[in-house]
Amino acid sequence: MGCGRTGAAIAEALDLDDHVVTIIDRDATQFRRLAPEFNGTRVVANGMDQKDLENVGISEADAFVAVTQGDNRNYFASQLASEIYDVEHVLCRVKDPQREVIFRQLGIKTYSPTSSGATTMVAMLLGGKGS
Amino acid sequence: MYLIIAGGGKVGFFLAQELIENNHEVLVIEKDSARAEQLHEVLGGSVLAGDACEASVLEGAGVGRADLILAVTGDDEDNFVVCEIARFYGSARPIARINNPQNDLVFKRRGIETTISATEAILSQIEQELPDTQFIPVMKLHHGLELVELKLNSASPVIGDSPMGLALPSESHVVLIIDSDGIPKIPSEKIHLVSDDSIVLITRVENRSLVRQLIIGSSQDLDT
Repeated sequence: MGCGRTGAAIAEALDLDDHVVTIIDRDATQFRRLAPEFNGTRVVANGMDQKDLENVGISEADAFVAVTQGDNRNYFASQLASEIYDVEHVLCRVKDPQREVIFRQLGIKTYSPTSSGATTMVAMLLGGKGS
Repeated sequence: MYLIIAGGGKVGFFLAQELIENNHEVLVIEKDSARAEQLHEVLGGSVLAGDACEASVLEGAGVGRADLILAVTGDDEDNFVVCEIARFYGSARPIARINNPQNDLVFKRRGIETTISATEAILSQIEQELPDTQFIPVMKLHHGLELVELKLNSASPVIGDSPMGLALPSESHVVLIIDSDGIPKIPSEKIHLVSDDSIVLITRVENRSLVRQLIIGSSQDLDT
């Protein structure tokens, strides 16, 4: 859910690894980020709408990844996938580190590019100082 | 009572005004600083500029001692997150405004029992007015239960059956039969259902289409 830079990259990587991938976005122009050789399905849909999710076959999905620009949208859609459709692997991007900690404790697997990026960059800086 | 209102739009503003008049302690949290300034001129110190979806803002608002949290922004996902974070930090009872009636289910699954949907409220009003409506959601109750009314026609699969012998989903009960003359009858073994009877029953929200199918025989979904 969400065909930004991250969403497109994840979809392409999973497609290359021979998984059956559907990528959804509310804005069709976002699909321009996908390489022409991408074999997955592109669908204009709102991941927070249960009918849209059902139309793309959420009930048969093994995994659901929410990577739109909105933390709340990602969390809401992740809870739909998890609570309503029993998707086994749900992964939710949360930019706000405070919210990420809470969402994780509320049972959703989360990734925060903000905290992970900061941690990595600090390590690079400190590592560089030592050498 | 201390009430936190997330979202200072029209709903949040009028709610705050009414509650303050009734001597309750109220705090409206509004994300847009210009709108917050505007609210401040009318509501004074009962306004906090900030995003109620941020844990630090809710903590600063004293969510830990709040009795009620009313999430009334225009976006269902924001109201969902406000309620989830509030429940994480305190014991305030959450009440959420929702726009898409379908979202009711996921709110309830997450323990947000009270949702208010203008769409649903208007829909149930007009459904009672429409002559050929067979399924009417009458009222939402606590714990995901609701009261519904089903109008039978000659094609209904339960014609001739007793209301006590219906194979309903668990936690569903027939509470009343209303005949075509408008006479209410307590369900009993002696009653046999006929066309134009109405069945009032209590069921779980998620059983709506199943109940509709069992009693009316059609799986058409107008409202779920």
